[in-house]
Amino acid sequence: MNPIFPRSADKILRASLVAVLLALAVGISFATWLFHPNRTEVGYAPKQPVAYSHKLHAGDLGMDCRYCHYTVEFAAVAAPPPTEICMNCHKQVGVNNAALAPVRESYAKGTPIPWVRVHRLPDFVYFNHSAHVNAGVSCVTCHGRADQMVEVKQVEPLHMAWCLDCHRNPAPKIRPVELVTKLDWTPDRDPAEIGKEIIQAKGISPPTDCSGCHR
Amino acid sequence: MKLTGKQYWRSLDQLAQSPRFLEWLHREFPAGASEWTSGSSRRQMLKLMAASFGLAGLTACRRPEERILPASSASEEMAPGVPLYYATIFTLGGVATGLLVESHDGRPTKIEGNPNHPSSLGGTSPYAQASVLSLYDPARSQRVLRNGRASSWEEFEKFAAEHFDPQRIGYGRGLRFLSESYNSPSLDAIREHILRRFPQAQWAEHDPLAQEQAAAGARLAFKDNLIPVYQFENADVVVSLDADFLGMDAPTMAAIRQFAKRRQLLEPGGAMNRLYAIESRHTMTGAAADHRLRLAPGAIRLFAETLARELGLAIPSSGAEPTLSEQARKWAAVLARDLNRNRGRALVLAGPRQPAEVHALTHWINQTLEAAGRTVVYRKPPASPPSITLAQLAGQMAAGQVETLVILGGNPAFTAPADLDFPALFGKVNHTIRLGLEEDETSAACRWHLPQAHFLESWGDGRALDGTASIQQPLIQPLFGGRTASELLALISGYKDRRGYDIVRNYWFSRWPAAQAEKIWRKALHDGVIPDTRFPEAKPSVDVTSVTTALRSAPPPAPARSDRLEAAFFPGWACWDGRFANNGWLQEAPEPMTRLTWDNAALLSPATAAELGLRDGDVVEIASSAGRAQMPVLVQPGHADHCISLSVGYGRNRCGPVGRNVGFDAYRLRSAQSPWIAGGITLRKTGARHKLALTQDHHSMEGRAIVLEAALAEWRQNPGLFQAAGHHTHESLALYKERTYETGYQWAMSIDLNACVGCGACVLACQAENNIPIVGKQQVLRGREMHWIRVDRYFEGPPEAPRAVTQPVNCMQCEDAPCENVCPVAATTHSPEGLNDMVYNRCVGTRYCSNNCPYKVRRFNFLNFHKDLSETGKMVFNPDVTVRMRGVMEKCTYCVQRIEEKRIQANREGRRAIRDGEIVTACQQACPAEAIVFGNMNDPASRVAQLRNSSRRYQLLAELNTKPRTTYLARVRNLNPELG
Repeated sequence: MNPIFPRSADKILRASLVAVLLALAVGISFATWLFHPNRTEVGYAPKQPVAYSHKLHAGDLGMDCRYCHYTVEFAAVAAPPPTEICMNCHKQVGVNNAALAPVRESYAKGTPIPWVRVHRLPDFVYFNHSAHVNAGVSCVTCHGRADQMVEVKQVEPLHMAWCLDCHRNPAPKIRPVELVTKLDWTPDRDPAEIGKEIIQAKGISPPTDCSGCHR
Repeated sequence: MKLTGKQYWRSLDQLAQSPRFLEWLHREFPAGASEWTSGSSRRQMLKLMAASFGLAGLTACRRPEERILPASSASEEMAPGVPLYYATIFTLGGVATGLLVESHDGRPTKIEGNPNHPSSLGGTSPYAQASVLSLYDPARSQRVLRNGRASSWEEFEKFAAEHFDPQRIGYGRGLRFLSESYNSPSLDAIREHILRRFPQAQWAEHDPLAQEQAAAGARLAFKDNLIPVYQFENADVVVSLDADFLGMDAPTMAAIRQFAKRRQLLEPGGAMNRLYAIESRHTMTGAAADHRLRLAPGAIRLFAETLARELGLAIPSSGAEPTLSEQARKWAAVLARDLNRNRGRALVLAGPRQPAEVHALTHWINQTLEAAGRTVVYRKPPASPPSITLAQLAGQMAAGQVETLVILGGNPAFTAPADLDFPALFGKVNHTIRLGLEEDETSAACRWHLPQAHFLESWGDGRALDGTASIQQPLIQPLFGGRTASELLALISGYKDRRGYDIVRNYWFSRWPAAQAEKIWRKALHDGVIPDTRFPEAKPSVDVTSVTTALRSAPPPAPARSDRLEAAFFPGWACWDGRFANNGWLQEAPEPMTRLTWDNAALLSPATAAELGLRDGDVVEIASSAGRAQMPVLVQPGHADHCISLSVGYGRNRCGPVGRNVGFDAYRLRSAQSPWIAGGITLRKTGARHKLALTQDHHSMEGRAIVLEAALAEWRQNPGLFQAAGHHTHESLALYKERTYETGYQWAMSIDLNACVGCGACVLACQAENNIPIVGKQQVLRGREMHWIRVDRYFEGPPEAPRAVTQPVNCMQCEDAPCENVCPVAATTHSPEGLNDMVYNRCVGTRYCSNNCPYKVRRFNFLNFHKDLSETGKMVFNPDVTVRMRGVMEKCTYCVQRIEEKRIQANREGRRAIRDGEIVTACQQACPAEAIVFGNMNDPASRVAQLRNSSRRYQLLAELNTKPRTTYLARVRNLNPELG
C-alpha cells in the first residue's frame, strides 16, 4: 500500500514546527519590546488644562515641593493642590495673566481644575507616598528632575520589577529625610554608603512580599 | 475521655447521614457551583467575545486619560485618602448605640462601635454594621410623591403652610401623629411644641417590636415607669425566661460584652458565671447557656411561677401547675437552690414575648435575691409626653375622626397587627402625610410621601437604655434630598428652628450654662456621649399585691397541642421589623442558629414536625385568630414541642429589588390583643415546596473534633485536658524547606469559643471592610456565598434537646499552608510575617488552592458580582481593599490593609514598632464579646501571645500539621451537678 503522505512530509512538518515556534518567539519578543513600560509609559507628557511650569515654580523660584504637594508626608497620595494654594500667591502675582484664567475660574466657582494624571499605577497597587518620603526616598527617584520640566513627563517605567530593584537594594536611593525634596542634591561620597547608615539607624526594611503593596 | 466521644453534627441531615448531605460532604463545591448559569447562550457568548476583542484592540492604542480633580478649597482636616472618624449614634428599637464612623474623602464607609457609649462598649451589632449599605441604597426614597406622582419639597411646603394653620384645622381636632419609637430629647421638645400649638391633636407611637410588656411589667411591680438596666458583669447566676438577651431581643450588644467578660478564663482557677436559658426556640442565648430547657412560650409563665414558689414567694395557684413537665419542675427546684446560694449575685430576666405578669414576677424574684443595685439597676426616665396606642388610633380612623395623619418613619401599613386592618383605614383619612426612608407599603397608602434622611446624613440626638444622651452627627449631605422627622415637624408647626443642626444644637444649648455650652457641645460631638445625662437611679420596692392580683386575674394559657399550636413572634434576623429588607448584607448573613439566608421559615421541633408529617421546605398555611399566612417550615433541633416560632419583617412586597418578596409575612398572623404569643394556631400542609437557602451543610468538617468542649469541673480536675484531647501531632515531614518565624512581627489570632455567642457581627464587619460581594439566594443555594469569616454552628446530643456551640472560622493563615503549594501561578504566597498572602492580580482561577484547603475558607468569584452596582452603590467600597473581579479566588487576609496602615504610621512617627493592640482586625473590632484577639505572637507581652499560652488553647485540625496562626480557646460549660 502506498503511504498517504510522501517522505518529504516529515521534513515539511519539522520545518513548519520550527517556523511556528520561531515566529512565536519572535512575536512574543517583539510584543514585549513594543509594549514594555519603558516604551509605553516613559515619556508620557499629556497636555494639562493649565500650562503650569514646574521648572518656573520649583526650579527658578525654588519653591519646595511640599508647598503644593502638602499631603506627601502623611498621606498615601501627594495630590495636586487645591486651587486655594495656587491663589495664595496668584491673588497678588499674575492677576491678569491669561494662562491663569482656569485657575481663577476654579477659585471663583469652586469647581476643580481637571488635571491629567501623569504617574499612574494599577488599581491593585497600594503605593504610599508618606512611607517613602519619611524613609528618605527623594521625589527625584521616581519623578525625575521635575524642577527642570516645563511640562511634567514620566521618566521612570514604574513597573513592578523596577519597584523591586529598589526594595531589594534600597541603600543607593535613601538620603537624609530633610533632603528629600532637594532634587539637585549631589552627595559628597558614595550615596549607597550614606543610605546604608540611614537604613541601619532607622531600621528601614522595605517589604518584598506581595501584601506589602497588593491588598 | 468524653471529648473525643462527642458527636457534633451540623444539621439533622448530617445526623441522619442522608444521601444529599453525603454528596455535599464529598464535593469541594456543590453541584452546579461551577457551571455557567446565566441566560446567555454559547452563541451570544461568542458574539460578546468578538465585540470585546474588537473594543480591546481599539482601546489598546492609547493609554486612557485619567483626571485628578482636587477640591477648589480644601478643609483643614481632610487630606485625600486619609480617613477621618466621627462619633454618631444609630437608633434601633428606640435605643441609641454609639458609633465611630470611618469616612473616606467624605464617604462614610465603615462603622465601628464607640467604647465610651454604654450601648456599644466598643462592639457593634450586625444592623449597625450593615446600615452603611442602606445609606447608599439606590432603592431608598429619592423624591416627594403626591398621590403617587412626583412632586417636590417646595410644593409640600406650600401645602403645609396653608394646611397646618391652627385655626383652619380646629387646633388639631382631626390631627394625629404616628411615629415609630424613638428616644430623642430634641424631638420630644418639638413634639411638646406641636401639642401646644395644636392642643386637640394626639400622638400615637407604634413599634412592632417595642418591648411594651416589659414596660407594663415594671409598672405593675413598682407602680412607676422604671427601666431595669441589667448588669451582667456582676451576675454569677443568670436565669433567662424566654429572653434572648444575647441575641435578637436586645437591639444593642452591650449585654454580650458584659456577659462574655465573665467567661474568658485563661486558666481553670478563676470564677465563671452560669447561665440557665428557658426558651421555646433555640436562640443564641440558648447556645451560650450552660443549661438549656425547652418550654413552649405559654408554659414559661408556669415555670416562672413555680420557680418563684420554690424561692418562697407567696404565689397564688392557678391550678395549671400539673401541666408543667416533671423535668421543668425539677429544674425550678434546682434553679431556686442555685439562685439562693448566690444572693446578690443572681439575676432573673424575662423576654419581650412574656406577658407583663411574668416581668413583674421577675422583678419580685430579683428583689428577694437582693439583685437591685447589684445585678440590676433601676432607672427613672422623665415622664414621656402623652400618647395613644395604635389600636386607639385605628379606632379613631375607622370612626372618621381623623382628618390629617402625619406618619413619621416606620412602616405601619406593613407592621400593624393584621386584625386592625390598618392599610384599609387610610382611605378614611383626608390628608395622609408620610415621611419614610423607602417608598413602601405605607407610602402607597398615603397622599403625600416625603423622603426621610438616613441617620448618617442628618442631625439628631438619642438616648441609650440607661438614659445617656448622644448627638447624632451626620457624615454626608442627604444623598436623595431627605429630611428628618424633627425638620418635618418644625416645618409644619412653625418651630423656631428649621434646620436639623439648629434644632439639636439650640435644644442642648438651652440646658447648658451659656459660657460653657460651646465647649460641652464640642466635647459631646467628639466623645459621642453627653456627660451627666443618665437617668437617676431608683430604689423601688415591689408592690406584692399588685403582682399577685395580676397573676390571679390573668390565668395561664391552656397548654398547646398539635392541633392547637402556640406561635411566638421574633424580630426577623435580616429585616428586624422589615426596615432592613432591602439590605443584601443582612439578607445574606446566615441566621445564627438555623443558618438560613434570604428567607424566614416557621420553626418547629423534630417531634412536632413528625407528628404533623412535615419536613424542611414544606409550605404550610398557618391560621391564627388574626389571619392566615403561607410559609415554609424548618425543623429546628432543640425547639419546644407544639409551638412554632415566626420571624416578622419578611415578605415585603413594596420594597427595593433586593428585599421584594423575600421570605413570608408573619405580621398577617399577629393580633393587637396578643402580639407576641398567639394560641390556637393551626397548620395545614399545602403540598407546595419552597427552597430554603441554608448554609448549614456547606464546608462540613467530617465529624472530627472541631470544637473542643468540657465542663468547668472536668477542666479544673485536668487542666491539660484540651492539649491531650485526641489530637496527636505527627512528626513534621515537610516536602519544602521549613521556615522559621522567630524574628519580626508574627501575626496571629485567637478566637475564644467560650465568649463567642455567634451573633454574626464579625461576618458583617468583614463584609464591609473587605468589599465582599452579595451573591443572592440562587448563588447561596449553589454554595457560592463569599463571606471570609463564617460562624459555624454545631449541635451535640439528641435532636430534641441538643447543646449548641458556635465557632467563627476565617483563614487560619497556616504556617505550612496547603493552598500555597498547589497554586500554579504563585498567586498565594507566604509573607515573612506569617500571612498567607492572596494576590488577586496574579490569580488565574484554577481553584486548586480551595480544593486543597482543609478549612474551606477560600472563596471564588464565580461571577462578576459587582457588575450591576449603581454609582451610589459603589460609594460604600473601602478604597484600601481591591474590588475583586470574576474568576479570582479570595479569602481572609487578617485585614492586611490595616496592618500596613499601622506599620506606615509607626514608621512615620519614627518609632518603628507597632504597639500591641494597635492593629485591630475588622472582625475583632466589631465583636461584642471580645472573642477575637489579634496581635504579634513573637511579643511575649502581647495579648495574643498570652492567650496562646492558655490551657484552653487548641488548633483546628492540628493533626494536619498546617500550623495554623488562628488558634481557638476551647469551650467550657459551667454545669450544675444537680442537673447532670
